[in-house]
Amino acid sequence: MPARAPSALTIHELHPLLISGQLSPAELLEDLLARIAGHNGAYGAYIDVAADQLREQLRRQLASGRRGRLFGIPITVKDNLCVAGEQTTCASKILAGFRAPYDATVIERLRQEGAVIVPRANMDEFAFGSSTENSAYGATRNPWDRQRVPGGSSGGSAAAVAADLAIGALGSDTGGSIRQPASFCNVVGLKPTYGRVSRYGLIAFASSLDQIGPLTKDVRDAAHLLSVIAGHDPMDSTSAPVEVPDYVAQLEAPVNGLRVGLPRLPEEGIEPDVRRCVEAAVQVLQRLGAAVERIELPFIDHSIETYYIVATAEASSNLARYAGVHYGLREPAEDRSSLIEMYLRTRTAGFGAEAKRRILLGTYVLSHGYYDAYYLKAMQVRTLIKRSFEQAFSRCDIVVMPTSPTAAFRLGERLTDPLQMYLSDIYTISANLAGVPAISIPCGFSSSQLPVGLQLLAAPFREELLLRLAYAYEQATEWHRRRPALEQA
Amino acid sequence: MGVVTPEIVKHVAHLARMRVEGEALTQLAAQLDEILDYVRKLQAVATDGIEPTSHVLPLTNVQRPDAPRPSLDPGTVVALAPARSGPFLSVPKVLEA
Repeated sequence: MPARAPSALTIHELHPLLISGQLSPAELLEDLLARIAGHNGAYGAYIDVAADQLREQLRRQLASGRRGRLFGIPITVKDNLCVAGEQTTCASKILAGFRAPYDATVIERLRQEGAVIVPRANMDEFAFGSSTENSAYGATRNPWDRQRVPGGSSGGSAAAVAADLAIGALGSDTGGSIRQPASFCNVVGLKPTYGRVSRYGLIAFASSLDQIGPLTKDVRDAAHLLSVIAGHDPMDSTSAPVEVPDYVAQLEAPVNGLRVGLPRLPEEGIEPDVRRCVEAAVQVLQRLGAAVERIELPFIDHSIETYYIVATAEASSNLARYAGVHYGLREPAEDRSSLIEMYLRTRTAGFGAEAKRRILLGTYVLSHGYYDAYYLKAMQVRTLIKRSFEQAFSRCDIVVMPTSPTAAFRLGERLTDPLQMYLSDIYTISANLAGVPAISIPCGFSSSQLPVGLQLLAAPFREELLLRLAYAYEQATEWHRRRPALEQA
Repeated sequence: MGVVTPEIVKHVAHLARMRVEGEALTQLAAQLDEILDYVRKLQAVATDGIEPTSHVLPLTNVQRPDAPRPSLDPGTVVALAPARSGPFLSVPKVLEA
C-alpha cells in the first residue's frame, strides 16, 4: 500500500496496484465512499451518491472477469450523461426522477475497460452556466475556498477531482464547461475535437458545440481516459471516422521545436495574477524548447457574441422536448383538458431562471424578422473564426492563452448579472465554435492562493500534440501536485 | 438599448411555451436587452459572401446500414412518461370535438 490514501492517487498510479492485487477494487471504492461521506456535504460536488448501487456494480464488474485499462477504478460522471437505470437529470427539476433507459456510448466504453461508473456530479442546469450555481440541487463550492465557485458547468466533476472525491471524471464542454472549472479547481480538463468523442447519450445543450471530455488529476490520466472514450460511433452521426492514436504512448515524445503561437487577446477583465502566471508558463514552454511567436487570431474578439446566439438558438430547439409528455415533470392544466396550458405550466415550473433566459434568447434570435440579423450573421462570423484558427495552425502547432480571465469568483457575485457571467468564457468559447481541441492545465496561483489555468489549443484531431506539450510542462512544474485543505461541513 | 419590451418578452415566452409574468417581465426585458445590445457588436463585422457554418465537420448524409436490430424495450420507455394509458403516452386532447 502506498503512503497516500487510495482516493488520492491517479488512474495511472492505481491501475498497476489493482492489477497486481496490491490494492483491491473494494478497498479503493470504500476509501472513496468514506471520503465522499466526509466531505460532500461541505462542497456539494455530487448531487447524490448511491453507495450500495456502486458496491453492487463493482461486484458485477469483478464477476465479469474484465481486467481492462480502468480495472476497478471509479469514474465520476456529470449528471447529463445517461447511465442505464440511474437518475440522469441535468441538475434540472424538469428531469427529476428520470432514469436513463440506456448507457451513453462513453459510459459503455468505460464499463468495457472495467470502470465503476459513479453518477451524478453536480452541474449548472442543462450546462447553462459558468459557476455551478444554477443547479436545482444547490451550488457546488470550490475546494480551494468554500466561499467561491468551482466554475461551471462541469463544476461538480472538477471539484470532486480536486478534492480527491473522485479518481477521474467526465464532463461536457459547450463553451468552456470542462476547461474553466478545471482552471478554477487546479485540475486538468480536456475538450476534444468536435466529433472525436461520441455524443450519444449526452443530453444535448448545443449540438454543434457539445463535446464530452475528461477532468483528471494530471495529464497522463487525461490521455488515459481520452484513449478509452475517443473513436467513431455509428450511433452519433456527427462522430468522426478518424483513427484514435495511442495518446498515452505519445506523451513523452520530444517537444523541442514545437511552434507555439501566442495570440493578442481581448484585454477586458484579465486579472494581473492570471497574466503573470500565463507569462511565466510561456517562459517554461520556451525553456522546454518550444519556439514561441506572436500570432493574430482575427475575429476571436467576436467569440462571445457569436456563441451566445448560436448556443442559445440550438438550446431553445433542443429543450423543446421537455414538455411533460415523454418523460420528467408534468404540471397538468387545472381543467386537465388543455395541451398548451399543460406545456406552459410544465415548462414554467420545471426550468430554472438561467434556462428560461437562454431559451428566450434562443427563441428570440430564431424568430421571424430577427433570424438574418442574429443567427445567420453569427453563423457567418463562426466561419471567420474557424478560418482564423486554420490560418494560425498553418503557422504553429499549438496556440496558448489563459483558460479564464480571472481566478474563481465569489458565490453569488455574477448570478444577478448574466452578461458578466457570460464574459468569464471569453477565452474558451472560440475552441467550440471552431471545433478544435483544447486543454486546461494548472499553471500557478493568484495572490489569494486560487488556482490559475493555462489553455493550449491545437488543430482538429491533434489531441496528441496538446497532451504532449501539456505533459512536458507538467513534468517541469509542481502546480498540479498541490491539493486544497478541505473544511468540514 | 430598449429594443426588448416586456410585451416582446411575453410574446417570445409564449412561443417557447413558458409563462413569464409581473416583475420578471421587466427584469428579463432589461437583461435580454443588455445581452442583445452586446451581441449586436457582430453587425460591425463584414460578412458579405461568407458562407455560414452550422457545423464544423465535413460530414453529410451520414447513415447507418439499413439492418434490423433490437430497439429499446417499449415498456421501459413508456414507463418514463408522467402519464400513460396502457402502452400509450397519455396527453390532453389535441383537437376540439
